[in-house]
Formats: sequence, structure tokens, C-alpha cells
Amino acid sequence: MSGTRVFGEPIARREDPRLLSGHGRYVDDIGQGALEVAFVRSPHAHARIAGIDVTDALDVEGLAAIYTHEDLTGRMAEPLPLLIPHAALTHGRTQFALAKDEVNHVGEPIVMVVARDRYVAEDACDRIRVEYEFLPPVVGIEAARAAEHLVHDDVPGNVAAHMVQEVGDAPAAIAAAPNVVTLELEIERSASMPLEGKGVHARWDADDRSLRVYTSTQASTSVRAAIAAKLELAVDRVDVVAPDVGGGFGVKIVHPWPEELLIPWTAIRLGHEVKWTEDRREHFVSSAHERGQVQRIRAGFDDDGRLLGFEIVLWHDNGAYTPYGIIVPIVTTTQLLGPYKPGAYRAEFYSLYTNTLIVTPYRGAGRPQGCFAMERTMDAIAERLGLDRTVVRERNFIQPDEMPYDHGLIFQDGRPLIYDSGDYPAALEKLKKLVGWDEFEEYRAAARAEGRRVGIGMACYVEGTGVGPYEGGFVRVEPDGTVVVATGLTTQGQGHQTVFAQVVAEELGVPIDRVVVTTGDTRRFKYAVGTFASRAAVMSGNAVALAARKVREKALRVAGEALEADPRDLEIVDGMVQVKGTPGADIPLSTVAVLSNPLRYAFDEEAKRATQFSAPADPDKPPVADDDEPGLEGTDYYSPPRSTFANGMHAAIVETDPETAEITILRYCVVHDCGTLINPRIVEGQIHGGVAQGVGGALYERMVYDEAGQLQNASFMDFLMPYATEVPVIETDHLETPSPLNPLGLKGAGEAGVIPGSAVLASAIEDAEGFRISRMPISPSELHHLRESQPPPGSGLRDTGRTGSVPATGGQEATNEEVTGT
Amino acid sequence: MTDTDAAERNHPVTMLVNGVHRSAEIPARRLLSDFLRHDLGLTGTHVGCEHGVCGACTVLVDGRPIRSCLQFAVTLDGAQVTTIEGCTRADGELGSVQQAFQDCHGLQCGFCTPGFVTTITAFLDENPDPTEDEAREAIAGNLCRCTGYQNIVASVLRAAELANGSAGQEST
Repeated sequence: MSGTRVFGEPIARREDPRLLSGHGRYVDDIGQGALEVAFVRSPHAHARIAGIDVTDALDVEGLAAIYTHEDLTGRMAEPLPLLIPHAALTHGRTQFALAKDEVNHVGEPIVMVVARDRYVAEDACDRIRVEYEFLPPVVGIEAARAAEHLVHDDVPGNVAAHMVQEVGDAPAAIAAAPNVVTLELEIERSASMPLEGKGVHARWDADDRSLRVYTSTQASTSVRAAIAAKLELAVDRVDVVAPDVGGGFGVKIVHPWPEELLIPWTAIRLGHEVKWTEDRREHFVSSAHERGQVQRIRAGFDDDGRLLGFEIVLWHDNGAYTPYGIIVPIVTTTQLLGPYKPGAYRAEFYSLYTNTLIVTPYRGAGRPQGCFAMERTMDAIAERLGLDRTVVRERNFIQPDEMPYDHGLIFQDGRPLIYDSGDYPAALEKLKKLVGWDEFEEYRAAARAEGRRVGIGMACYVEGTGVGPYEGGFVRVEPDGTVVVATGLTTQGQGHQTVFAQVVAEELGVPIDRVVVTTGDTRRFKYAVGTFASRAAVMSGNAVALAARKVREKALRVAGEALEADPRDLEIVDGMVQVKGTPGADIPLSTVAVLSNPLRYAFDEEAKRATQFSAPADPDKPPVADDDEPGLEGTDYYSPPRSTFANGMHAAIVETDPETAEITILRYCVVHDCGTLINPRIVEGQIHGGVAQGVGGALYERMVYDEAGQLQNASFMDFLMPYATEVPVIETDHLETPSPLNPLGLKGAGEAGVIPGSAVLASAIEDAEGFRISRMPISPSELHHLRESQPPPGSGLRDTGRTGSVPATGGQEATNEEVTGT
Repeated sequence: MTDTDAAERNHPVTMLVNGVHRSAEIPARRLLSDFLRHDLGLTGTHVGCEHGVCGACTVLVDGRPIRSCLQFAVTLDGAQVTTIEGCTRADGELGSVQQAFQDCHGLQCGFCTPGFVTTITAFLDENPDPTEDEAREAIAGNLCRCTGYQNIVASVLRAAELANGSAGQEST
């Protein structure tokens, strides 16, 4: 199949010409004649709604409708669904589509206004008066834990969930260990922050009684089900399409957003197409955030640095509601194990309500915090024992011959946490070579001679990818030779139109330019789960491969009849089915497609070949056999027994300015293993993007709430995402250990780049400065304050090597006391 | 309180957009970004932040990059405007900057891309042979959340290479 070899090749993306010439189709590009929606959203973090007066808005020219919760009926009046229930989530709470009686965060929608355009809708919003009775806001993990005030009256202690997972007796193992470190760590909030916000467009066909909804979602099939349920429509009357989506990174997996229900609901009521396009401020205050956690860790280890017991208690700020359940802290507490054997392990978390925006997965989905916990611990162990940081890690690695490795825990998919494959020692060797780990001390000495302060850091992660339950694929060869492929999950820039075409072209033996891929459109494929957890390539990649294999099998059978050859002697090359080793004995796949659909009526020359007086047929057999179907097409599903586990390691060299405390990343190196690569260029692009978000999370991005629950930096002016000048050159190297769990050997790659960002940069900054870094992100002024709070030089502050003791970082946020065990 | 009637009084505006004369009657407060997208149907220009920070809405006005979300369309009566749709070659094929993005995998979701393409087009007009540092600096006012910028910097350099090899083919 050399002529069609595309699998594994770094081919250019097939979606690019469309997107590059301005012909992409994002939600706001659709429905130029639609009425537009704006919302009155709560300006207060916690309040009772005492009254809503819309009188002044009613005479705004161009107004179409105003709705409050009172207008909602039936299931639309009920709280939104709790998408992922869990036994430990004893106090799950979700919001209403429009607030009923109470608001619990700034940005919660209260009134929906529909008008001729967004300008007019906002004019009307300005004239609506909402009267509030203020309630005390709960802001931040500390206030939530103190529970002096409650977010929800009926949730004691503000605790949504409390969960413990353990293997062995960690407290006993730690008590008996010769060495113990204790760390208190903190990671602040950030957010997915795709360049395109959310958006919804709905069109109701009153004659057909059908609804078509475009939404910038990561889960169109599930949005469809939710709309049908909430609007009390039959599912087959509703179609949902995710058109081009301008980035997701997790936030668009949450559904149904209030707007995803309200826009179709009002489109039906008004008998007119309606759309809503989220603006940036709305996205900051009414979509979702992630990351915020406070962690307390105790780790016991032997004199070689091997973990004997590891215990973590973490407090997770879930914001005002829990529509996405407790996935994030579950992922943190299961994925922090990384490539290591922890000894006895105990993880306990409290998921807490605050009067802030909801917290749902953002790329990495709890893993960056988990990686931070474990990798900070590894560095602390190395420091305590005076060992090289890579040596400590290597001693704790799960070895390749221990795969598959069962951690004895339950992962986020409800399945056992069993690593399928991976070669961590090989990855570490590659990383050390790539960054020049063993030569760094020479570099440090040379830099110091110039008055410069530099440090090196590293971090490892293992990422569960490709979680189930399933995805499906559909492949059909059209009579003109076009290969139509559909899968239900959605695309937000991952190049699915290219990679799934690569898979199908390879499996079927057709030129890739004949393959057309559609994703996220329920008109084309109705069963799907969604795009999250680095699962698209694993799940839909394998599903379309299996569907293509079915089609191939049928093509060989039908062609075998036409060529009077044994299907086992046939191959498909460049779209021709041919007898192996017999030039000239062949038939185009397009003709096979024609022959696969016995016709009565000819509508063109191709079709003529399949009509009853033209096609060769056995007169004693039915034209379509009992176990067959017309058409050269196939559908299949891939449903894995459990997740695959990708892994990687990052290293960074940083320079910290002795005067200004400015932090500069001099080098950033990545070694990554996501199993078999479908398209190395696209995988590398995913890594690059992830690293940029990791750098953002480590050095710049934070959501700054004041004590009243106002988000102080809800704009791109104040929430600092990295520009090109803030992202270092990223050096990458790959390792490929194919997953034994799926036919293509794939593991996911989407989230990999972001996971170790805070851990690796904390490690490098700590190495440069000589004191513990416990809280990320870190700004120059924070680094300056940490310097100021250290004991004077000569009493512990070190700027050489990695020997000697690291003094604790003072301050209320991080005590970092280290205690030696008994 | 907004005076809705005054805000909605329409004003005539004419522009040469991608080489085509376009006229419309629009309210004074209509942003150039909304005018291009919703009045002219040129939806290739994207709006990422509505406050001039992300650069996704960048278009060329008389050859210079501006943030179309910060400009009222009526203030540009008589101007020449080039959007992403106008960055293709006369024959409809991708222009050199666009082609460079495909060659270098300089885009993922594609939402910020039009602003980069227009920004880079203007930059290369002034500096046809940039160094890597100059290329990075040239795009340092545009946000991308997908690519980590590595391949966008490469795209700038590649675009310069393509333009220098095929000068004169641009329709803009």
C-alpha cells in the first residue's frame, strides 16, 4: 500500500485552506438573520432576588422578548442536570437556566433578552432593574473550609463531596519510615479560555416540527439528548451540530449550558431563528474555571529515596455548583501517582462550594495539580537525601517489565487504575540527554561567574487517556469513489478531518484526498460521548479504523464476485481492488460501491451498472443476502476495557534576575510517549499548545477574586495569557510504546503538554533560588517577596548545587515544614 | 440610560473592501468588526475579546493593521479595507502568508488565525526578510491559545520565503 501510505506521516492538514481563507464556519458565522440574545447577569456573588422590573425595557425598539425564571415551565423550570453523579458527591447542586430566587456567583444569568441584534438586546438589558437582598459571599478555600457562611443553606460546611481512596495503610507506613517530608502546596485558578467563547444558534422548523441547534460544544450528541429532555421533545426531532469550534480545552465539555437550552426554547416560542454569542466578559464570569486547590502532603521514604507511604489531603474549590461532578479532584488524586510506585497510598479530598464561578475540567483536568503534588515531593526527597532529582525519580519508577501495572485504585472512568504500557527509564534517559542534565552544573558555574542565577528543573507525568465508554465510526464509499467518514465526537482544532482521514485512507487503501470526514454532527452520527480526556484519537481513531475494516472486507467480497477471485487474493491500492500479483485484474472501489447497491432504476451511467439487467448476479440468491445490507458502508464502535496511559517528562532551565526577580525560561524540553503517532506534526502541535498553557499557568494566569466575589481581572488586559514573547522555544523528542489495548496502539496526546508546567517550573525556580517553591503561579513580585522572607545569606540560602538544606518558605500560605520521621 | 433612537439613526458608509466597493446604512455605533461580519457577511474576521487585546479581529485599513473591534465603521468612510478573505491570491488560491500557515501547521482551531495572517501580511510589507526574533516580535500582539506560537513564528519566516520566491502574485 505504498501509494497510499499516510498513517504516521506528518501531512499538512486538510481543514487548513478553508480556515485560512476565512471560510471557516463558527457558530457566530451562522444565522445572519437570527434574533440575538443578551443576558442580565448577577453583579453580586451571593444575593436573593427580591424583584425584577422590566418596564423600562419594553419600549426599546427592536425588542422581541424578555424572559425570567417565572416564564420557564415544565422541566425547563427545574435545575440543570448533574452530569456525572458519584456516591461521594453527597451534596451536588446545579443552577437553574435562569436564576430562581437566589444567585450564587457573579455572572449567573437572571433575565434573557431577545432583540433584533446584540446592540439592542444590551440596550434593553441596561433598562432592566433587579432588586437584590445581599447574602454574605463565601470566597476562597479558606472561607469555604471555615464555613462561617454557607453558599447553599442546605449544604453543611460547604462540603459538596468528601472522598477517600487508599491502598495499604499509608499513615502507618509513613510513621514507620526513616524519613518523612511534609508539604503544603497551593495552585490558583485559571481557565481554558478558548479564543472563541461559547455560542448557540437554534432554528425551529414549525412545519417539520424539528429543531436544529448549532453550538460551540465538545459534546454535541449529549447536548442533543439534554435539549430533547429539557424541552420535552422527541430526540429524533432534534439535531445538534458542533460547527468549527474556536478552541475548547475543557470548558465546552460542560453541557447543557443555560444558553444551550434557552436559545432553542425561545426559538420555538418565537418561531424565529435565535442566537447568542458569548462575549469575553461573559466567558470570564459565566463559563467555568479550574485548577484551584490547597494540598497537604506527607511522604515517608527509605534512605535511597524510595517511597514507602504517601498521603495527601486536598481541598478543591468547586465554585457555586457541581454540574460536572467531582471529576477534577478524582483525577488529581488518581493521576498524581505519575510513573511512580507510591508504597502505601491514601488520598482524601474535600470538594467545597464557594460563591465563585463553577470549576470544571480545563486541559489537564486536575492532573497539573496532581503532578505538582508528586513532583514537588520528589524534589523534596532529593533535597532531604542530597540525591540528584533524576535519581530519586528513577528509583521510584514503575519498570517496563512491571506493565501492566495495577495501582489498586478506581480511575475517573469508574474502572481500575491499571497502566497499560510505558518505558519511563527510557524516557528519562532521553530527557536528560535532550536538556543536558548531567552538564548543567558546568553551565550554572559559568552563569554564576557572569553574575547570573540559573536553575534546572524537571517533572514527570502519566496521563490516563482515551477513557470510554465508547465512540463510533461510519465509513461509506460513494459511487463516485468519495469515502465519507463520520464520527460523533467533536473537533476544536485537533485536526480530526486530517487524522481520521489518514486512518481510513490507510485501512481502506484509498488516496487521502478522496476521504471526507465529518465530526460532531448528530445528523451524520448519532451515538457519541464527546471530546475530552485526550480521547478523540484513541476512541474515534480506532472506531473509524474498525468501520473501515468492515467496509474493506465487504469491498473484497463484492469485488471477488466481480473478478471471480478469492477475496483473500485481493488487495486495495490507490482505490483499486486488484488481484495480488496479477496486473490488469482489477476493479475501482467506486464500481464496487455501485455493485454493492443492487438498483432497479438507473439515474446515471454508474448506476446503470447496478440495475437488474446489467449486474452479474446469481439467479438463485437474493440480490441482498440475509446477512448483508445494500451499500458499501460500515459502522463500528470502539469501546475499551479501560483507559490507556500516555506519559512524558519535561525539563526546563530558567534564569531569575537577582535584582528584579524576573523569571525567564531559557530552555524547555519535552519527551513524550503517546503510543503510535497518526500524524507527528499534529501531535507536536498539541504538545506546543499544552506547554504554552502550562507556562501560562505557572507564571502568569490566575483568577483574582476579591472578598466580595468580584472577579477583578475579567478581561484579556488583566488576565495574562502568554503571547509569543512569553513562550520559550519548545524542544521535543518522542518515544513510542504502542498501547496493547486498542487496534492502532494509540494513546491520547491532547493534554500532555500542560500537565507538568507548574511542577517543572517550580522545580527550576527552586533550583535557581535555593528555597522551596510551594505556590503557583509565581510572579516576579511574589518571587521577590519570597526572597525577602528567607533567612539571610550564610544561614541556609544557597545558590550552588543541590546539596545542603532548603529552608522553609514562610508566610501564611505555605509553611513547608519538613519533619524527620522517627 | 441609552438614547436608543439616537443610537439607531443610520449613516451611509462606503468602503473598498477586498477590492470591492461596498456601501451600507449603519448606526454610528456599529463596530467595524460587526459591520464586516454581519452587514457584509465577511465572517472570516473573528472577534475574540471585544477590547482590542487578542488581535483576532485585525484587518488592514489602507494597508495598516487595526483592531476592527475598536473602530466604528462610520469613521472609515472611503477607506480601503483588507480582511482575511482578501489575503488569497487573485486566482483564489492561498496567499503566501496563508500557505505558510498550512505548510508549518501554524493553526489549530483557526479562530485567531485571520488576525495573525493580516498582521503578518502588513509586517512583511515593511520587513520582507525578518530574523526569527523579528518574526516573534511581529506577532507578539496577537493571542493564540492553541499553538504555543512555535509554528506561527515558523510561518512568518516561511511566508517571507514564499513571498520572496513568488513576488507579485498577491491580490492585496
